[in-house]
Amino acid sequence: MILRALFERFDKAGLVFLIVLAGAMILIPAANLLLPVSSPLHVPTHVMSLIGKYLCYAILALALDLVWGYCGILSLGHGAFFALGGYAMGMYLMRQIGPRGVYSHPVLPDFMVFLNWKELPWFWQGFDMFPFAMLMVVLAPGLLAFLFGWFAFRSRVTGVYLSIITQAMTYALLLAFFRNDMGFGGNNGLTDFKDILGFNIQAQGTRAALFACTALALILCYALARWMVTTSFGKVLVAVRDAESRTRFLGYRVEHYKLVAFTLSAAMAGLAGALYVPQVGIINPSEFAPANSIEAVIWVAVGGRGTLVGAALGAVVVNFLKTWFTTGALAPYWLFMLGALFIVVTLALPKGIVGALNAFGERRRARAAAREQEPKTAEQNA
Amino acid sequence: MSRLKSFCALCLCLLALALHAPAAQADAASALARFAEDSFPETAKAIEELGASGDARAQIILESLAAARLFVDPASRAVYWRTASGVLHEAASGAPVATPPAGLQPVRINNRLRTAIQNELGALTLMAPDPARRRAAAESLFKARDPAALAPLENALKAEKDPAIARAFAQARAAILLASAGASNEQRIDSIALLRARADMGAIAALRSLHESASADAKGLAGDAVAAIEGRLRLMSHVQNVWYGLSLGSVLLLAAIGLAITFGVMGVINMAHGEMVMLGTYVTFLVQEAFRAHAPAWFDLSLPVALPLAFLATGLVGIAIERGVIRFLYGRPLETLLATWGVSLILQQAVRTAFGPTNREVGAPSYMSGAFDLFGLSVTWGRLWIIVFTLVVFGALLLALKRTSLGLHMRAVTQNRRMAASMGIRTPWVDAMTFGLGSGLAGIAGVALSQIDNVSPNLGQSYIIDSFMVVVFGGVGNLWGALVSAFALGVANKFLEPLAGAVLAKIFILVLLILFIQKRPRGLFALKGRAVEA
Repeated sequence: MILRALFERFDKAGLVFLIVLAGAMILIPAANLLLPVSSPLHVPTHVMSLIGKYLCYAILALALDLVWGYCGILSLGHGAFFALGGYAMGMYLMRQIGPRGVYSHPVLPDFMVFLNWKELPWFWQGFDMFPFAMLMVVLAPGLLAFLFGWFAFRSRVTGVYLSIITQAMTYALLLAFFRNDMGFGGNNGLTDFKDILGFNIQAQGTRAALFACTALALILCYALARWMVTTSFGKVLVAVRDAESRTRFLGYRVEHYKLVAFTLSAAMAGLAGALYVPQVGIINPSEFAPANSIEAVIWVAVGGRGTLVGAALGAVVVNFLKTWFTTGALAPYWLFMLGALFIVVTLALPKGIVGALNAFGERRRARAAAREQEPKTAEQNA
Repeated sequence: MSRLKSFCALCLCLLALALHAPAAQADAASALARFAEDSFPETAKAIEELGASGDARAQIILESLAAARLFVDPASRAVYWRTASGVLHEAASGAPVATPPAGLQPVRINNRLRTAIQNELGALTLMAPDPARRRAAAESLFKARDPAALAPLENALKAEKDPAIARAFAQARAAILLASAGASNEQRIDSIALLRARADMGAIAALRSLHESASADAKGLAGDAVAAIEGRLRLMSHVQNVWYGLSLGSVLLLAAIGLAITFGVMGVINMAHGEMVMLGTYVTFLVQEAFRAHAPAWFDLSLPVALPLAFLATGLVGIAIERGVIRFLYGRPLETLLATWGVSLILQQAVRTAFGPTNREVGAPSYMSGAFDLFGLSVTWGRLWIIVFTLVVFGALLLALKRTSLGLHMRAVTQNRRMAASMGIRTPWVDAMTFGLGSGLAGIAGVALSQIDNVSPNLGQSYIIDSFMVVVFGGVGNLWGALVSAFALGVANKFLEPLAGAVLAKIFILVLLILFIQKRPRGLFALKGRAVEA
């Protein structure tokens, strides 16, 4: 019953997406762990972690699509929420190192010993507990987004102004996290992780588990986002996107809808960051760079905004291209490619890959319908 | 009568000069004869004579002696010195000697003589013909406050003609007197007054070192003087902050002014604006390279030549971007933002490919380097010219908007695009020209910024967020707003910097701006009336 209700929420593309993801979640770790290295189907651990990284980006893109594609809020600061989630995870992983650091201090991470700090700052308390850290992963970005949105949406800052101040927000955070005094490792960020929940973070099994968790998180985030946009709540979001004033005049509290979507989206981005950090092994302030956030926007645009599946697809495709280009001889041309991608997508493919496919499908269906109609009209004429 | 008098005075002067020169030479000659004896008492006398002679060679001879590079030829009793680089000179004539005579003996010295040499050398620098050296000697005595230097200092003070250096000597003497035990109360009080007039950190240090034996009266005066100087320094630091703030503000305004045009008039978010600034700096670099290669003597002209070229080059690139990309995206500001970001990536990478990722050397013409002192405020010429230049550009832009037909059309399109089109204004052409103008302004901003920033492909990135902040804070479509907001942000930043540090000040300003936009979403000076709806 519940399953059926859930099932009805998903369109064909969504179902394909979920099936592919579920397959990847099971098959890739299995191919990594169970098949021998000599097997042609064996997936090396670094490839699995790379795909895991793409899936983290896909979650971020999904979160961004929720606010941009459905609510018309172009956030150029979603990288900040991603990084905040990553830092929360990083802090947990730092606390897990314990006395195994270079300076062998029982509590303080290495960089604090290096800076001559005597005790743990208050905001590092509690991060030795996994549940608390996981709470902070969604709470820290969520809270920031809530406060930011509360002020911005209430005073009706919209459009490019909102984009610019979100960019200013992530820039300010970038500057702040670069400072050593902030207590987040400054320039170097947090790294040299050892364990997660008692398992060695470098071990193959842990890597496979992390990958499976990421795929699962993407499935759940997609389900949640899809559920949100197909309920009446989602209809109001689309109404806000297309005609904000009209929606307000119809009696909806526009700012509340925006705030819920923005906060939820930020929490989702935080989750993506938290899954990203253990697989990549480092989090540093450059994740806050405004360019990163803008790049995330282009993933969504390439895949197709307002389609959710497209956003995730765009993230994977663009990042795959990035890996492919930047590791080969074509590395100096990657920025040309990326720049051209921005221009071509906005000029020629405003609906992205999925949007174009949908339009193509619709045209074909319309033609098929017309062909079906034709004999009938011919018969009638006859 | 008066003519006769002045003639007599002239004769007397000439006579004095004529008499003086041989006397000095005679002293130096007798000193050299004493060196040739190579006995400690004779050498001591020679050092004294040489110091008193004021001879031009006295310094190098004494320095050579201290470094054991002064030699005597026992046969001819001639004295030689050898420079640190090994060239031998004949001391009597000062001429270099190609083939050193055999059997040269160094003139021996002991510790007592070394001290004497140092004292004479110190006195000599106080008497040195070069004013900069005399001033440096006065400053080092001012800091050292060595009572032994008092006597030569007083001699130098009497002989000094340059009033500025005489003041430096008097201040050094005052500092020594304050620190020494033997000075009288009157001397101390005079010295305090002198140092109070000097009014800097050094004066505070000298006043704090007032000797224990000073009267309560003098101690009170010194305390007052320190408080007064500290108050003045605080005021000066505020003035300095305002100056730095204005300087930063002019840079912000210069970078943002083109954006104010494109964003304000066309509602276009041009993320490639920073890259236009960057292109301007590279045009400057190319022009300077051309000058270095073909006309190094005219290097000072490189900036005036670069200005129109940068304007044209970036303006054309801007028009190309408008025609090629932006015109398809009017009415879709968010898409414009993304597309221009793509353009900025391509421009950056193109410059990186063409010129390499490292910083390029852009030189400063002579009028841009150096500094001058304005009531204790050190003003660098480069910064001053950039402020002046910014204001000139701003004024020229205002004039262009108010007085030219393009300006008229631009204002018409800003206020009501459809109405302007109905009146026969070719709005696409106005858009292209406006974008070209905005980009060209960014280019000439680049020429100025090449003087104070690193010319690298990443230069544009560091200005784009600041520029947007200036435009949004000032109110979109309002040039005066941009002016006020740029200077306000610059000054606020520089006042926060000493309190919180540079990075925290910047963060603070960003947060303030984010909050400010909540309060006034349309900026400090929002357009009112019908223009708002357009």
